[in-house]
Amino acid sequence: MIGSIRKLGRWGLGAFERLGRAHIFLYYILMGVPPVLLRFSLLVQQMLSVGVLSLLIIVVSGFFVGMVLGLQGYNTLVDFGAEQSLGVVVALSLVRELGPVVAGLLFAGRAGSALTAEIGLMKSTEQLSGMEMMAVDPIKRVIAPRFLAGFISLPILATIFTAVGIVGGYFVGVGLLGVDDGAFWSQMQAKVDFGEDIMNGVIKSIVFGFVVTWIAVFEGYDCVPTSEGVSRATTRTVVHSSLAILGLDFVLTALMFT
Amino acid sequence: MNDNSDDVLVRIRDLHFSRGNRKIFNGVDLDIRRGKVTAIMGPSGTGKTTLLKLIGGQLKPDQGSIQVDGLEVPKLKLSKLYELRKRIGMLFQSGALLTDINVFDNVAFPIREHTNMPPSMIRDMVLMKLESVGLRNARDMMPSELSGGMARRVALARAMALDPMMILYDEPFTGQDPISMGVIVQLIRLLNDALGLTSIVVSHDVQETATIADDIYVLSEGKVVGHGTPQQLAETDSDWVKQFMQGLPDGPVPFHYLGMQYVDDLLAGTDPERGV
Repeated sequence: MIGSIRKLGRWGLGAFERLGRAHIFLYYILMGVPPVLLRFSLLVQQMLSVGVLSLLIIVVSGFFVGMVLGLQGYNTLVDFGAEQSLGVVVALSLVRELGPVVAGLLFAGRAGSALTAEIGLMKSTEQLSGMEMMAVDPIKRVIAPRFLAGFISLPILATIFTAVGIVGGYFVGVGLLGVDDGAFWSQMQAKVDFGEDIMNGVIKSIVFGFVVTWIAVFEGYDCVPTSEGVSRATTRTVVHSSLAILGLDFVLTALMFT
Repeated sequence: MNDNSDDVLVRIRDLHFSRGNRKIFNGVDLDIRRGKVTAIMGPSGTGKTTLLKLIGGQLKPDQGSIQVDGLEVPKLKLSKLYELRKRIGMLFQSGALLTDINVFDNVAFPIREHTNMPPSMIRDMVLMKLESVGLRNARDMMPSELSGGMARRVALARAMALDPMMILYDEPFTGQDPISMGVIVQLIRLLNDALGLTSIVVSHDVQETATIADDIYVLSEGKVVGHGTPQQLAETDSDWVKQFMQGLPDGPVPFHYLGMQYVDDLLAGTDPERGV
């Protein structure tokens, strides 16, 4: 019994210590962001690997999610004779929720895990130590550009996901199921508010981008520098990021839409 | 110990360092003389690499003084520490080359980071460094295409890129074939003398290290157990140093891991941890 309590206490202390380390790490990253802006090429390079290379999975997934939304929405709405509102249903679902959340989850799985693995391997092969000994701060040179790239990329990817999703919904609803083309777009235009719906969705994706990239770079930098350590860190990135996205989504939704 | 401050580049006094409950250094004193190749030797796990990290300021000691060129390393602010590190090169055991850029860019990395030299001048400098390690024509290769020996030579060229006053070598001979090892052994000595460097070589390869070292420190159980020239250590009376230098399987460092006596263990007949 005492042993279990002791274990729980140790676990709790360890978790809080790690949380503290993550926040100190975040402080150093934020201090490293201004120099990255001065060396724009570093940011562009990372935007390519973090953002552009995630584009395919975002576009394909967005299209399928939009198609499913179109199909499910039509099947429900047609019972009430409201199938002309399909555009609104698809757009609001994507803009408010599915765009930021699903894009965030995909981003965590694709780019977040890659960031953790890359940084973890750089640590285990002493590349980060090597930089320190060359008087190059790895947080400024390696971590901050990746953090900034992730933070910028996710809102853009979420926006693309949403746009492609709406096209997917249009393809199924208008193209295959016969919903009126004009009604699809005009109702969407009338009911989707730029400030309340679109901007809140964008804010969500900005928050998710910040949190997911922070978790990913921290897990890589803080991992045990062995193959098992990198593997565990990569898994933690996906699990923690996904939970953080879903938890934060509830909090943000409660704050924004109630 | 030589206390002539002009002659000593690295001075370590009463160094204590622990990892968790394990004491790595327990009052180590040593001097690294300018312009010399000094070897730090000892069995695996004695903290040789840790010592290099302490000298480079990557770790902080629990107690004691580490002076490099008159600067107290553990007390330096980060900016001053980075200034000092620009004058120190380090060759890691793994090479620690950046795997996403080629050989040329790896060697150019510290130059680009710390100077505003024009590309043409950087090119010349990199080619000179690569020429000195014999890999000028390998400049377009990626680190994954290099053999272990070549990777270490590239890392050596990179360590020299900013013309440091001192180079720290972490196990430079480990895992090398005889030819690569011979090349690296020669390079360490030649570069040290030609460029007027000070070299600290951490190694447990006795023969290779003894051929190039001016001074050798032997570490064990957190202390310096032997110090002198290779010749002096070869003729030492210390059982410990003798066991290490001659590679004897048993001695002060026992062949058997300490624990229960063999006879007692066999006669006990039970091993509850294994359900026997």
